[in-house]
Amino acid sequence: MIDPLILSRIQFAANISFHILFPTISIALGWYLCFFAWRAYRTKQSVWSSLYLFWVKIFALTFALGVVSGITMSFQFGTNWPGYMQVAGNVAGPLLAYEILTAFFLEATFLGVMLFGRQRVSPRMHLIASFLVAFGTSVSAFWILSLNSWMQTPAGVVLVDGKVQVQDWFAVIFNPSMPYRLSHMLVASGLTASFLIAGISAWKLRRFQNSEVAKTGFRTAVKVAAVLIPLQIFIGDMHGLNTREHQPAKLAAIEAVWHTEKGAALTLFGLPNEETKQTDYAVTVPKLASLILTHDINGEIRGLNEFSDHPPVAKVFWSFRVMVGMGLLMLLVAWGGAWYLLKQQTIPQPVLRIFSWMTFSGWFATLAGWFVTEIGRQPWLVTGILRTADAVTKVGSHMVLSSLVMYLVLYVVLLSAYVSVVFHLAGKAGKQEV
Amino acid sequence: MDWGYWLPVIFAGLMALSLLLYVVLDGYDLGIGLLLPLVSDEDKDRMIASIGPFWDANETWLVLGIGLLLVAFPAANAMLMASMYLPVALMLGGLILRGVSFDFRVKAKDPHKPWWNLGFTIGSLIAALSQGYMLGRYLSGFAETSAAYGFAVMTAIGLAAAYILLGSAWLILKTEGYLQQQATRWMQIALWPMGFGIFLISVVTPWMIPSIAQKWFQLPNFLLLLPLPLVSICLYFALFKILPALRKQQSIGHDRWCWLPFSAAVSLIVLAFWGLAYSVFPEIVMGKMTIWQAASDTAALKVIFYGAIVVLPVILLYTAFSYRIFRGKIGDLRYD
Ligand code: HDD
Ligand code: HEM
Ligand code: HEM
Repeated sequence: MIDPLILSRIQFAANISFHILFPTISIALGWYLCFFAWRAYRTKQSVWSSLYLFWVKIFALTFALGVVSGITMSFQFGTNWPGYMQVAGNVAGPLLAYEILTAFFLEATFLGVMLFGRQRVSPRMHLIASFLVAFGTSVSAFWILSLNSWMQTPAGVVLVDGKVQVQDWFAVIFNPSMPYRLSHMLVASGLTASFLIAGISAWKLRRFQNSEVAKTGFRTAVKVAAVLIPLQIFIGDMHGLNTREHQPAKLAAIEAVWHTEKGAALTLFGLPNEETKQTDYAVTVPKLASLILTHDINGEIRGLNEFSDHPPVAKVFWSFRVMVGMGLLMLLVAWGGAWYLLKQQTIPQPVLRIFSWMTFSGWFATLAGWFVTEIGRQPWLVTGILRTADAVTKVGSHMVLSSLVMYLVLYVVLLSAYVSVVFHLAGKAGKQEV
Repeated sequence: MDWGYWLPVIFAGLMALSLLLYVVLDGYDLGIGLLLPLVSDEDKDRMIASIGPFWDANETWLVLGIGLLLVAFPAANAMLMASMYLPVALMLGGLILRGVSFDFRVKAKDPHKPWWNLGFTIGSLIAALSQGYMLGRYLSGFAETSAAYGFAVMTAIGLAAAYILLGSAWLILKTEGYLQQQATRWMQIALWPMGFGIFLISVVTPWMIPSIAQKWFQLPNFLLLLPLPLVSICLYFALFKILPALRKQQSIGHDRWCWLPFSAAVSLIVLAFWGLAYSVFPEIVMGKMTIWQAASDTAALKVIFYGAIVVLPVILLYTAFSYRIFRGKIGDLRYD
């Protein structure tokens, strides 16, 4: 039978990967909706309220998927990682509790008012409800990313009898990687939602050229994306520097640096090979890795040889390249789109087509980014404190396997349904708008 | 104050409160899922509209209840989750299915709508049955006898019936006309299996578990607890009398007492829950662990406690606010 550790990891990874798809959209889409509602309220132009009414449907769907998959997450810690709370409970417990108390109830309750209350409350109250929902999703991201960052770069605690005891809550919450991770994730959410809006609007524009709603949506989203993407690359760079300082083994895996060296070359592509401890078919640029990571041509990068425990190299290496590749592609596309908007006023069909292909590009980058972060932390669950293998459940493999199969089937069905319904709604709205 | 003693008690109380709120609140919307196949398409939309603004916040009480179990009693959480691994996974599958079907059904292509309706019902059914099954397993202390498994099957049916009771009572409150009259009849029917479930639990648990029998049948506890079953029985008989009368009233357009069945149903649930909580306390895994043995460190509990006493009243306040906004009979389910 397959090892329960492997199965538990696959199941956890599948569940959280499915979950994060929806928060990534709903966090920023919530803010977009606030913006649309506010514009509608101030300008009284129907195009803004139509935008609101279209995107709020997609928001509701996304939110529902986020909520139900999130409920699964909160059971996961107990079902699959009992050792986690035993060791890290004094940190994880309060942070999770604060997330539930300060964020989940807020967003869930005002979501009802936001979705169904337009006829029952004043426009002002409705705007406030939309704001509270968006605010709630961001607060939720704050707490959960604080916890996740603490697992990456623990601070503010001491170990007593194998158990974490908190000494300084401020240091726990604002641990060294937390500001980078939170801002990188929030901007990732902004990009994901922007490309979703731009992509769906472009898809509508190709079918219904005169849809004012799609034009306005497209214009707004492309501008936001064009501003956010350089910001994201900048934050990503800072994040990498932070990782170099606190999780050097992860960084060595990201760059596939096998041996400590000065003036290290940047490997663009290649096949990292753990057996021979080298990267086959590597395409490299001399000195660039040192330049990027130390901001000095001859800076030293510590290699994997220095660490007895290091994460699997190839997975981390490749996930990182997917994320950065997506980021560069987004830069190109968003700035290209912005250029057409500023200079030409009209958008050529091929450009619209590229945008509609990019509709879900944010998902790929976000997932890849999380894979870098999480796989890069292995074999630790809490860096230096608790190993993943020591936290795993004692439940038998066959049980984990059956629940895993059930989840996977559900996820495939729901994901296809989600994507097709989003396009179905766009088609329906497009027909009404022209 | 002895924090080491009181904090676990307080957190057990908070956890029980959120689970009770969950059972009552998500209970009515799960019940509506179970009742959905019985009505026409138009009434389906009305039924779902009646829970639209609430279901998400309702489920959040489960997240809080389980969250408190996880953070305040991690040892018990680990043991319970391992003993109920499969029913928990099934319940989660059910909750996922119903939560999304609910939203997909109005947005998907028209021919797909019946499938999402079905998903909503099946998901609700799976969730309700696995919750009831877990209740039975929990109360029997996970005994591996066939009687104990049979008991869990009965509690599964009993809880599903309780949810139907709540769901139909909610419909009596929120709808009018033919649908309301139908709901009144469903409620009358659901009284039987639910009553049987409560009866079974009250008889079987003291019989299976001596410590529970001792707690209940000791003087003076027995006298103090006597009102619990007595009031429940009175409520039962009252409902049997009231519901047919109510239907007559509804048919001639009188609807002044529409809140009564829901209040009675909630009271029944609260009484049953109170009885269970009394039987279990201060244990948290029957026969294996007390709340003090399972509790987290006092320091962590204190941090959560301070947050909870500030935030929980605010949550209750805005929950009440939302119920006020959506008071009265439902209109259509609309985003505009
Ligand atoms: C960056 C953000 C982020 C991350 C990393 C996570 N979540 Fe999440 N979660 C959210 C952001 C979010 C959100 C934006 O607040 C959601 C998603 C969509 C939504 O509707 O609320 C949400 C919903 C949500 C819910 C349902 C809340 C409700 O009933 O309203 C639960 C129980 C969880 N999450 C639990 C978790 C756990 C245990 C996680 C980690 C292991 C986790 N989430 C990772
Ligand atoms: C939301 C985005 C996230 C994604 C996409 C994600 C993805 C992953 C993946 C792919 C793994 C598997 C790594 C491996 O086993 O090789 C993993 C592990 C893990 N992650 Fe995350 N994660 C996310 C957020 C979080 C958060 C917020 C927490 C906790 C607060 C968390 C806790 C864990 C734990 C406990 C493991 C250990 C289990 C394991 O090694 O598989 N993750 N995650
Ligand atoms: C193109 C330049 C980018 C760089 C240099 C960069 C850098 C990084 C680094 C170094 C990490 C790993 C941090 C760690 O755990 O140690 C990371 C994680 C992550 N990246 Fe990026 N990134 C870039 C683009 C993007 C884009 C475009 C997105 C999404 C739209 C994205 C989403 C994420 C996410 C969600 C994570 C995991 C959470 C976190 O650790 O913040 N990244 N990124």
